[in-house]
Amino acid sequence: MQNFPGVGVSPGRIIGTVRQMPKPLREPPVGDRLAASVTAAEAAAALRSASNAVQVQLKARSEGAAGDAKAVLEATAQMAADPMLIKAAVKLINGGASNERAIWDAGASVAEMLHNLGGYMAARATDVLDVRARIVAELRGVPAPGIPVSAAPFVLVAQDLAPADTATLDPAKVIALVTSGGGPQSHTAIIARALGLPAVVAAAGVQELADGTQVYVDGSAGTVTVDPGAALVAAARAWATTATRLATFDGNGRTADGHLVPLLSNVGGTKDAVKAAAAGAQGVGLLRTEFCFLERETEPSLDEQVTAYRGVFDAFPGKKVVVRTLDAGADKPLPFLTDASEPNPALGVRGYRTDWTSPGVLERQLTAIAAAAQGTAAQVWVMAPMIATVEEAGHFASMCIAAGLTTPGVMVEIPSAALRAESILGQVEFASLGTNDLTQYTMAADRQLGPLAALNNPWQPAVLQLIGLTVAGSVAEGHHKPVGVCGEAAADPALAVVLVGLGISTLSMTPRALAAVAAVLGSVTLAQAQDLAQLALSAPTAAQARESVRAKLPVLDELGL
Amino acid sequence: MSERHATIGSRVGLHARPAAIFAEAAGKVGIDVTIAMAGEPADDAMDASSILSLMSLGAAHGAAVVLRAEGEGADEVLDSLAKILETDLDAQ
Repeated sequence: MQNFPGVGVSPGRIIGTVRQMPKPLREPPVGDRLAASVTAAEAAAALRSASNAVQVQLKARSEGAAGDAKAVLEATAQMAADPMLIKAAVKLINGGASNERAIWDAGASVAEMLHNLGGYMAARATDVLDVRARIVAELRGVPAPGIPVSAAPFVLVAQDLAPADTATLDPAKVIALVTSGGGPQSHTAIIARALGLPAVVAAAGVQELADGTQVYVDGSAGTVTVDPGAALVAAARAWATTATRLATFDGNGRTADGHLVPLLSNVGGTKDAVKAAAAGAQGVGLLRTEFCFLERETEPSLDEQVTAYRGVFDAFPGKKVVVRTLDAGADKPLPFLTDASEPNPALGVRGYRTDWTSPGVLERQLTAIAAAAQGTAAQVWVMAPMIATVEEAGHFASMCIAAGLTTPGVMVEIPSAALRAESILGQVEFASLGTNDLTQYTMAADRQLGPLAALNNPWQPAVLQLIGLTVAGSVAEGHHKPVGVCGEAAADPALAVVLVGLGISTLSMTPRALAAVAAVLGSVTLAQAQDLAQLALSAPTAAQARESVRAKLPVLDELGL
Repeated sequence: MSERHATIGSRVGLHARPAAIFAEAAGKVGIDVTIAMAGEPADDAMDASSILSLMSLGAAHGAAVVLRAEGEGADEVLDSLAKILETDLDAQ
């Protein structure tokens, strides 16, 4: 049995067959010319037959799809053999370009034209680029980029997944995710937790596994095992039983001795919010407002924003909904707000800072949030991302008050904010720790880089200490202002216990994690959680902090978490 | 040269699904058919079998367009294509 150790990021034990995600397609070299042995007519004929083949493949896929996905696939199938696209490419071939480069450039100009038309057409530019990549793959005889299509369920193995892959990932077909790169906070990890798929990241060597290989994936232990024996088959079967037990949350987060810890959800729109409410979430700890802004050329209107926020508020009558103002920049660029040419975007103009370069957008967003809050039964709180100083917190609070929003808060994700928590909480009503970015900035380790996965771990004692300092700042401030956690750390049941022990008042997570966190939290008293927090804080390394805490939580093993 | 005027019947306009259906139909008729917004010069007309051209035309619901074709059966072809344009294809 060959073993690939990695980092477990989403629990579950499952056996399945490997399907490798094709490598991203290499761009044909700029200026690539027709080979001397090929005539322009032959190259054009090969291009036509490749484009027809892609059209047939996409058409076949559209027949198995439904609704919007079907419409998109039908339209992209039609684009694959579009006479305007092919004519433009053939013209370039007749001018001496290779067919790969010709379709590449022809696709680029069509995409640019659509992009310039804006709105709905601009969104279709991506479809043209996708079609172009498929035609080039067909010409090269390599698999088309993107998640493989398969009739049977499979374990998807990739270098890392991008946010865009979520849209095409079918949870009925993909039963587990394994990546050679990425870390605990990578997009793969976030996607896996949101979909409830077992996942292992940073498992070096898995890219060599052949399609069809049978593997056992343990998303809590972080291992991938080739050709599993009887014991692992039994473990996978046992997990299938526990999985159903971990599917429901009674909507009341608490420790064994009755200390209440509301368990909230992170949501990105109305659909998410309705799902989170159905899963028992006690409110929303993080409403990502980017959903309203992403893939747009211009700022959404006030009315559009009000409708979008209102949908979420209406899903949680009488409950708290914490709205995070626009967090653009770094891995979430927006053409009308952020500068894509920054050399170091994670340290650039992002989050609250975009108010300095594009004043007005934040003010209008606050107006929209206040308008949406009018007449709803939800308790609307608002917080700004990427706050570094007391002055910024004060400025944000005054903007909120001016808009009529009475509960302003800040995200604590920059170490300076954790260190200055007492003074910052003097300006605002609450703080929420974004552990993903707090870890990245504390450890100076990019979230997306596989080789830094060990650093980029919220169990790092330095990160836990900053969380403890933020709580201490709130205590010193004296008004019992709440400090919550809304990063991925809250979704790790063992770490959730540590956070409660450190004095965190609410935990916000993907709805999928609610039941598991509630089950583990309910197995300890507040005093035990406090002891475990001390144990984690005093550990010399992140790995030892995690191990020593997990060893004292036998419920984790019982539940296969 | 035969000509037909038609009004876009699809509520979403001539893009997405309606454009795909129309482009496919125009590609199957065996003669070249062009499409232009009503009032635009015939020289600027675009290939009706190209979904990308149709999308760049930006014909919204209720927009008036002109179809043109030449050759045998042109009149019948244009009649059938004009009918497709006037149907609400998104409702199907």
